[in-house]
Amino acid sequence: MAEMEPIDREEFRQEARAWLKANFPPALTNVPGLLFQGDAHAAAANDDYQLWRQRMTDKGWGVPTWAPRYGGAGLTEAHGKIIGEELAAIGGFNPIRSYGTMMLGPTLLEYGDEAQKLEHLPFIASHERRWCQGFSEPGAGSDLAALQTKCIDMGDHWLVSGQKIWTSGADQADWCFVLVRTDTERKQGGISFLLVDMQSEGIEARPIVLISGSTHFCEVFFNDVKVPKGNLVGEVNQGWTIAKRLLQFERNSLSEVKADITPLAPLAHDYLGTDALGRIDSPDLRARLVRNAMRHEAYMATVRRLAAEAKNGGPSHGVSALKNLWSGIIQERAELLIEVMGADGLGWAGDPYTAAEKEATRAWLHSKAFSIYGGSYEVQNNITAKHTLGLPG
Amino acid sequence: MAVLNDEQTMLKDMASQWVRDRLPVTALRGLYDHGGGGRCGSDGYDADAWAEMAQMGWCGIIVPEAHGGADFGYLSLGLVIEELGRTLAASPLISSALVAASALRLAGTQEQQGRWLPGIADGSLIGTLALDEGPHHAPERTALAATASHDGWKLSGTKRPVQDGMIAHLAIVAARTSGAPGDRDGLTLFLVPTDSAGLERQALDQIDARRPALYRLEAVNVAVNDVLGEVGKAADLIDAIRDRAAIGMAAEMLGSATQAFDITLDYLKTRVQFGAIIGSFQALQHRAAELFGELQLTRSAVETALAAIDADDPALPALASLAKATAGETLHRISSQMVQLHGGIGMTHEHDAGLYLKRARVAEQCHGSTAWHRERWARLNGY
Ligand SMILES: Cc1cc2nc3c(=O)[nH]c(=O)nc-3n(C[C@H](O)[C@H](O)[C@H](O)COP(=O)(O)OP(=O)(O)OC[C@H]3O[C@@H](n4cnc5c(N)ncnc54)[C@H](O)[C@@H]3O)c2cc1C
Repeated sequence: MAEMEPIDREEFRQEARAWLKANFPPALTNVPGLLFQGDAHAAAANDDYQLWRQRMTDKGWGVPTWAPRYGGAGLTEAHGKIIGEELAAIGGFNPIRSYGTMMLGPTLLEYGDEAQKLEHLPFIASHERRWCQGFSEPGAGSDLAALQTKCIDMGDHWLVSGQKIWTSGADQADWCFVLVRTDTERKQGGISFLLVDMQSEGIEARPIVLISGSTHFCEVFFNDVKVPKGNLVGEVNQGWTIAKRLLQFERNSLSEVKADITPLAPLAHDYLGTDALGRIDSPDLRARLVRNAMRHEAYMATVRRLAAEAKNGGPSHGVSALKNLWSGIIQERAELLIEVMGADGLGWAGDPYTAAEKEATRAWLHSKAFSIYGGSYEVQNNITAKHTLGLPG
Repeated sequence: MAVLNDEQTMLKDMASQWVRDRLPVTALRGLYDHGGGGRCGSDGYDADAWAEMAQMGWCGIIVPEAHGGADFGYLSLGLVIEELGRTLAASPLISSALVAASALRLAGTQEQQGRWLPGIADGSLIGTLALDEGPHHAPERTALAATASHDGWKLSGTKRPVQDGMIAHLAIVAARTSGAPGDRDGLTLFLVPTDSAGLERQALDQIDARRPALYRLEAVNVAVNDVLGEVGKAADLIDAIRDRAAIGMAAEMLGSATQAFDITLDYLKTRVQFGAIIGSFQALQHRAAELFGELQLTRSAVETALAAIDADDPALPALASLAKATAGETLHRISSQMVQLHGGIGMTHEHDAGLYLKRARVAEQCHGSTAWHRERWARLNGY
């Protein structure tokens, strides 16, 4: 893709700004996009959200870099970035962002055949089909390649049986991308990548309650599920290569800088009071808030620097180090927020806790997952040590 | 571990056994609602288990013999509290047998002690301290007003969170008889029965399924001889009570941290990934070794502080802050690592890790947070 001229960028920025201003429903300003991505029922019930999704779908801006025949706008990465920045600037969110756009879409673009792309990408681009990720199993978490879910070639279809676990959103998803075992003799070399319709007979998704009270987590059972032959992505036994690529996309999106984060200082002033010099009235907590805010700023600068350095853009191994930095900074921030709120940050339900306090408490509990999913903190460090730093292992 | 005498060893063993049988973590889970918070209608404790604890004499451990207690010392009470902390056992033992009993021991008149201590010692009466008025521990900011009336005092204002406030019969309420919020002078403690006219209570639904309370007092009448200590001069007394409370919390946190560590260590020894027990990965071995080291510091800080109360050590204030801050930091780290090292299962409500994580943050805020006690330690030591 050709780099755009600077003048073109500025023009495009103006165009994007004007279009977003005219089309983003003001009622959704500063609403966390996750609300609608994580809860299909809330999404279906919200008219503003539906309108916003439809407008972005028509424009192809939910996945701006995808070709128009797949539902995108055929723009360059640079254009896409500008759209993202302008969206963040008005407190908006991408209504199309999902497992489909972040993970499966880019993977299908590289490994899918044309029929699969045409069958799935337009529905991902319009957020009409929700996807979930069926990788982990009870005995295969960090060691994903130890997975056991069986897939047998029955001539005219595949027959899948086994159990997946920690499948986010499986109870609300329409489709699932699943790693299955097609060869029991080889570990990594015996895995295939399959697209499975969640309506298929023999699939059962049971929600699991998380410590944050959310139930987006499921265990998924496959009891002799028939899957059409054409749903295999890439070659048989090539699934590991595809999965590794998909996990890079996942890590990349997890380490991506989201909209700027509200500073905690004003809240700390309210909850803790200020000393005679107007400083947060707890030097210890103040010092830790400052350290977290500075690390956050340095992190943002790092992401910008690495993006500028990587001329051709694609995800790199350095992403593992970034993911750990990001999860660490953001988890610590969640801890600091409830500490700032003190005993009011410990409420679960009812009065006199405010909605913001209760949300902060749950967000803190949920944040513990950032250093577990998408490859745990420890496993990311192993990747950095081995692949980026060249240490033996 | 501190050097214990035979009686203390027996007490500790008995507490350890009883807590595991009677109030294992599953008992706490029973108080929980979906994923967090307290079950509707629950008081955040088990009244039958409390009665058994009283039967065993735990409520009277620091109460003088003359008032029905055993006068067996804070270190002994700390041993029991630590065992309760191991299984996150929910009970008002700290609020009543430690905090309220300490307040009466430190400043109660013969008459006040005679009236309240026997009930506390036999568990029939639950006492608590109603000190804070906002989300952060800040005794000198007390605003709840006590105005003199013809036959005593009238109290008006709010208190929150009051630990075990829904089940308490007696609240020791900090009020301002003069001065302005922020002043150390002008604070007074009052002994207030919670069924007093004008006192209204609201249960707070907290992440650890315990139920502290919000108290609203409107012209609550208190008699002259219900003042604990001296009028207007309670600041030092409040410090002394809070130090004992903080040390008690630290003992509970030591127990929780020890158990959270043990459970995690067991998991490291059994969970297999990459064809190996995950505890064989050096990164996790070093993590476990570091947490073990932190636990050693915490045990020493807590036991030293408990012994310092019994010895009337003048270094007690600094030792109390040392214990609470160290325990706070250690339990914070271990409870977070408990989730992290369990991976996905640690994020589920079904697993115990989340319960330790939630109780850890509540305990951390109780009777002065880690940050608060570090500040205090800094001031006491000229930093
Ligand atoms: C909120 C949430 C959502 C998730 N969503 C999905 C989903 O949608 N789809 C899906 O397929 N999966 C999902 N997962 C699963 C996630 O990918 C796994 O939990 C993760 O890979 C860890 O696996 P595990 O839970 O089995 O932990 P384990 O692999 O058993 O790890 C236990 C501990 O051992 C450490 N460890 C393991 N191996 C090593 C090593 N070699 N060196 C050092 N330390 C090591 C880990 O870091 C961890 O601390 C989700 C998880 C969470 C928490």
